[in-house]
Amino acid sequence: MSETGYNFAYLDEQTKRMIRRAILKALAIPGYQVPFGSREMPLPYGWGTGGIQVTAAVIGPGEVLKVIDQGADDTSNAVNIRRFFARTAGVATTERTSEATLIQTRHRIPETPLAEGQVMVFQVPIPEPLRWLEPRETETRKMHALCEYGVMHVRLYEDIAQLGRIGTAYDYPVRVDGRYLARPSPIPKFDNPKLHMNPAVLLFGAGREKRIYAIPPYTRVESLDFEDHPFEIETWDECCGLCGATDSFLDEVIVDDRGTRLYVCSDSDYCARRREAGHLGPQGGEPPGGQAKGEARP
Amino acid sequence: MYVAVKGGEKAIEASLRLLAEARRGDPAVPELSLEQIKQQMTLAVDRVMTEGSLYDPDLAALAVKQARGDLIEAIFLLRAYRTTLPRFADSQPLDTGRMTLERRISAIFKDLPGGQLLGPTFDYSHRLLDFALAAEGAAPPEAPAPGEPPPDYVPRVSDILGSEGLLEQEVPDDDGLAVADLTREPLPLPAGRDVRLQNLARGDEGFLLALGYSTQRGYGRTHPFAGEIRSGSLAVEIVPEELGFPIEIGEIEVTECQMVTQFAGSEEKPPQFTSGYGLAFGRAERKAMAMALVDRSLRAAELGEEEGAPAQDEEFVLYHSDNVEASGFLQHLKLPHYVDFQSELGLLRRLRRDREQAAATRADDGREAAE
Repeated sequence: MSETGYNFAYLDEQTKRMIRRAILKALAIPGYQVPFGSREMPLPYGWGTGGIQVTAAVIGPGEVLKVIDQGADDTSNAVNIRRFFARTAGVATTERTSEATLIQTRHRIPETPLAEGQVMVFQVPIPEPLRWLEPRETETRKMHALCEYGVMHVRLYEDIAQLGRIGTAYDYPVRVDGRYLARPSPIPKFDNPKLHMNPAVLLFGAGREKRIYAIPPYTRVESLDFEDHPFEIETWDECCGLCGATDSFLDEVIVDDRGTRLYVCSDSDYCARRREAGHLGPQGGEPPGGQAKGEARP
Repeated sequence: MYVAVKGGEKAIEASLRLLAEARRGDPAVPELSLEQIKQQMTLAVDRVMTEGSLYDPDLAALAVKQARGDLIEAIFLLRAYRTTLPRFADSQPLDTGRMTLERRISAIFKDLPGGQLLGPTFDYSHRLLDFALAAEGAAPPEAPAPGEPPPDYVPRVSDILGSEGLLEQEVPDDDGLAVADLTREPLPLPAGRDVRLQNLARGDEGFLLALGYSTQRGYGRTHPFAGEIRSGSLAVEIVPEELGFPIEIGEIEVTECQMVTQFAGSEEKPPQFTSGYGLAFGRAERKAMAMALVDRSLRAAELGEEEGAPAQDEEFVLYHSDNVEASGFLQHLKLPHYVDFQSELGLLRRLRRDREQAAATRADDGREAAE
C-alpha cells in the first residue's frame, strides 16, 4: 500500500546513498557528529526528520518497524511516523520490541534488551553535547577535535558544589569509546547504561542540525561522573501500577482532581508483555491492552 | 480505572478532517480558486516562492490555499515538494541590467540613465482603509496610459558608480567553482558569500527585517543608502551540456536591491562605497532591502570593521534565519516530553529533600551549640 508517485521510503536513491555514507562514517568514528545534506522532509523539523531520514536510508522491504515516542507505541507522534513509513514503504510494523528489526525512537530506549541485528534510530533535536556551554558550532567543533571536554566536567562539578548532586536528569553526557563526548538524545539518564556494550546498532539522526552520529554494537559508553560522585540513575519508591514492574522507567500520571498519582511503565510494550505473562500491579485490574482506551480528542 | 490519554490514528484522521472543514469555511461562500490567489494575493505568492526557494506561482498559490493563508506553513509545503525535484542544471548568472522594468528607483541620484520609475507601490498610498474595495463587483480601475518604455538595457547604479572606482568592484569567483547549495549540503562556516546570499534569500522576512532594522538603530550601523531597487521580469538561461550554448527556459519576476554603504577604507583599500545585495522572487521589496542590509552587516569581518552586533554575527544570523527550521523546532515543544519531565521531577524532589535535610541538620547543630 505504498504511496504512488514517491520512491520507496520517500527519499530518492541518491539521497539514501548520501545518508548511508554519512552513517558508515559515523559508525567508523563512534560518537563523532557527521554533517550530512539533510533534506526538507514533509514533516516538520524538530518532529523527527533526522530519525526519519536515517530510517528511510536503512529500511528495506523485509524490515519490521517499531516506532515509539516516550517509550510508547501509541503516542500521536509515533503513530504518525509509523503511518508515514507504512504509506511510503509499505513495510510491516510491530509494537513488540523483540520482533522489530528496526526501531525508531524519541526519548527512550525500550526496557526489553536489544539483540544483535537490530537497529535503533534515535531522533535528536540538538546533537551537540557542549551546546549549552558554547553556542557556537565553530568553537564546539574545535573542542571535539582537541578533545577539550574539561568544561563539561566543570559544569557537573559546579552542580555538585552548589546542589550536592549532578543536576542533569536527561540528555546526560556520555563518552563514546573513550573518545567523543556525545549527547544520547534526550533519553532519561535511566537509559544511559543501556547504551554501553549494546549488541544493536545505535544510529542518531538530527535533521534540522544536519548531523548523524552512531554507536556501533558492543561499544564502550560511559556516562560522565566522578570517583566520589558515581553516575546513578533514577529510582522510584513505587512499582508500575498496572504490571507491578520495579525495574522499568515509570511515568507519573495524575488521575483525579485531588492529585492522586499513578505510576505506569513508560514502555507500553514492556508493560503489556508483563501483564500478558500474568504480572499484575496494584491498580492493574484491567485486562491487558485496555489502557489505551481514551484517545485525545482532536 | 486509569485511562491514558493518547492520540491514536483515529484522532489524527479526525483532526485532518476538521482541518479540511475549517480551511473551507462556510460552504455558502464560493471557494477561492488558485487563479484568484495568484492574481489577487500576488505578494503572498511571491513571499512563498522566495522563502520556499521555488519559482512556481501555481504551486505557491496552492500552498497558500492549503495552508489557510499561513505563509510560513505554505513555505514549508512548497519546500517539502521542492526537495523531491531533480536538479538538472544551474542557470547562467542573471544580468539584471536586462530586466524588463516595472519599477526602478534610486535614492542616491535625482535622475540617472533609465530614469526613476515608480511602478505599482504602496509607498505613496495613504493608508486609509478603502471601503469601496469592500463592495465587490466594481469595474476594474483603468491603468494609466503607458509612458515612454524604458530602454532594453538599464545600467545599474553600481555600474555607474563602479566605473568611477567609487564603489568597490564585485569580483566574480573563479568560474570553476560550483555555486554552493544549502538544500543539498549542510551550512559551512565560515560561509562564502554564495552560501550567505542563498541563506538570506530563503530566510524569514520578519527575521531579516528586524535584523536590518537593528543595524539602522545602531547595532552595527552601516550608513546605508538605497542605491537602487528594481523589479521586473527577466529571462533565465541554462547551457545544456549537449548543446554548449545558452537557451532560455523561461521568465521570472524578481526584485533586486543594492544598498550602498560608506567604508572608510583600510590599508589595502582606499575610502570607497561598499554594497550589500538583496534579491527576491516577485515583488518582495521589503525582503530584498532587509536582505541587502544584513548581507552588508555580515561583511564586517571581511572589511575589518568592529564586530559585535547581532546582525554582524554570521553564525547567529545564518543558523536562525530559516523559518521552516525555526517554526518546526519551536512547535515541537507541543510533542510529549513527559519522560524527560518525569526525570526532572524526580531530580527536583531529590534536591528539595536534600535542602530540607540540610536545613534540619543546621537547626539541630544550632540547638546543640546553644546547649
